[in-house]
Amino acid sequence: MTLGFMAALPDWLVNWWTDLKDQFILNFIKDDRYRYILKGLGVTLEVTFFAVLLGIAIGVIVAIIRSTHDKLVTDMRAGIARFILNILNALVKLYLTVIRGTPVVVQLMIAYFVIFSSSKNKILVAILAFGINSGAYVAEIIRSGIMSIDNGQFEAGRSLGFNYVQTMIYIIIPQAFKNVLPALANEFIVLLKETSVSGYIGLEDMTKGGDIIRSRTYSAFMPLLAVALIYLVIVVFFSRLVSMLERRLRNSER
Amino acid sequence: MNDKPVNYSHLIQVTDLKKHYNGGDIKALDGVSVNIDKGEVVVVIGPSGSGKSTFLRSLNLLEVPTSGSILFEGVDITSPDVNINRLRMKMGMVFQHFNLFPHLTILQNMTLAPRKLLGLKKEEAEARAMDLLGKVALSDRAGAYPSQLSGGQKQRIAIVRALCMSPDVLLFDEPTSALDPEMVGEVLDVMKTLANEGMTMVVVTHEMGFAKEVGNRVIFMDQGRVVMDNTPSAVFDNPDNERLRTFLAKVL
Ligand SMILES: Nc1ncnc2c1ncn2[C@@H]1O[C@H](COP(=O)(O)OP(=O)(O)OP(=O)(O)O)[C@@H](O)[C@H]1O
Ligand SMILES: [Mg+2]
Repeated sequence: MTLGFMAALPDWLVNWWTDLKDQFILNFIKDDRYRYILKGLGVTLEVTFFAVLLGIAIGVIVAIIRSTHDKLVTDMRAGIARFILNILNALVKLYLTVIRGTPVVVQLMIAYFVIFSSSKNKILVAILAFGINSGAYVAEIIRSGIMSIDNGQFEAGRSLGFNYVQTMIYIIIPQAFKNVLPALANEFIVLLKETSVSGYIGLEDMTKGGDIIRSRTYSAFMPLLAVALIYLVIVVFFSRLVSMLERRLRNSER
Repeated sequence: MNDKPVNYSHLIQVTDLKKHYNGGDIKALDGVSVNIDKGEVVVVIGPSGSGKSTFLRSLNLLEVPTSGSILFEGVDITSPDVNINRLRMKMGMVFQHFNLFPHLTILQNMTLAPRKLLGLKKEEAEARAMDLLGKVALSDRAGAYPSQLSGGQKQRIAIVRALCMSPDVLLFDEPTSALDPEMVGEVLDVMKTLANEGMTMVVVTHEMGFAKEVGNRVIFMDQGRVVMDNTPSAVFDNPDNERLRTFLAKVL
């Protein structure tokens, strides 16, 4: 049956199919090579997930420092509080400038080979490096979200008797967060793809996994295509998820 | 609330209040002195840029004055060791653009501050809110979001949101200026009812009819100063001031 079916097809197609099958077996099945990609995917997701958490934590703190400084410092009496706020703001600005002014690969290598050169825990170093990097971008996203909220919201909160922090927590941040959710999700997607440079410190993420297979089988097409496909599926999946969430949030206000 | 009782002669006593911008180039307030007593409805009128909003917003320190003093219930609120958040709970404010919280329902808008600041239980806060919603005939909109309301409804909600904190005074900054003409009446009616119930109110408005009918006193401001502070009839019926006459000729 199968043979009869194959015989009806042109030679080049049959050859192509057989070749494809052989390539597939060579790249993924033989020696359980698919595991490089599977294990790599786990590493990629782990690094991305924890880096995002770290990035959001850093981002929210940095954003609050920046916008508090911009909003309050002119009205503050000279004193210790204003001094501290000015120092914090200067430090945070330095952080933003350095992180956004240098490539993430370089930051990753500096983290691994210079700052944490005694550490053997590549995953942890990658999480720290990508998290600290992402925090700078998340901070600006959240800050723009805070700035986009009408000042009347702030005044309404304060006029009811809420203090600065309570107004932020109950009134400003929930609205800001909702406004920047798409941008934050996009940052997560960008980060997922950026972790593909983890191979520079020898971390076996998914990209590196595909590359290892390539170096064993001397064929690049299959492993790299598989890696690309998996990234694509994850990114499309998350994009969908986010637009669903966005719609849900928007509906809650209608 | 465990504030010590203080003896005071006026609910609000403003003395020589100044607010300067650009290092004194702009004198938004140039020495304003005004007393406001409990139960009074004080209407503030004056041309654009005369300092009405700045004056009103100074009363709860949304604007920090450059100099002068504001005694509220006998306490100088401009002094650095006063807890301004505590005092603001007793001074409700209603804004021109309503400033309802769009991410919360009407009921949540009204119960947020009483629950978080006065420590009311959810049921208590909601009972109080529903009671007030009934008074402005909006009980059926408790679960709605602000974007689902008309301008007039929004402003009525903004008023009762402030009332949920049981304030001692309500400050209004042009509460009907952002409304379509057909919605002005419903908001003014609510304010009238409040005035009749004895609520102390300071109202910046261009509604001269309201000033005449509801105001106990009318303050006319110009160029950062109080030019006239008198009864509505003295201000509207025989204005003995040139600038006031010019202003009234324009708005009446
Ligand atoms: N942040 C600011 N910086 C500089 N000048 C300001 C600022 N806020 C207000 N002013 C000025 O102070 C003066 C008084 O303003 P204010 O808003 O109190 O006037 P108003 O009587 O409320 O006017 P309107 O009827 O237009 O609302 C105006 O000349 C205004 O330009
Ligand atoms: Mg004004």
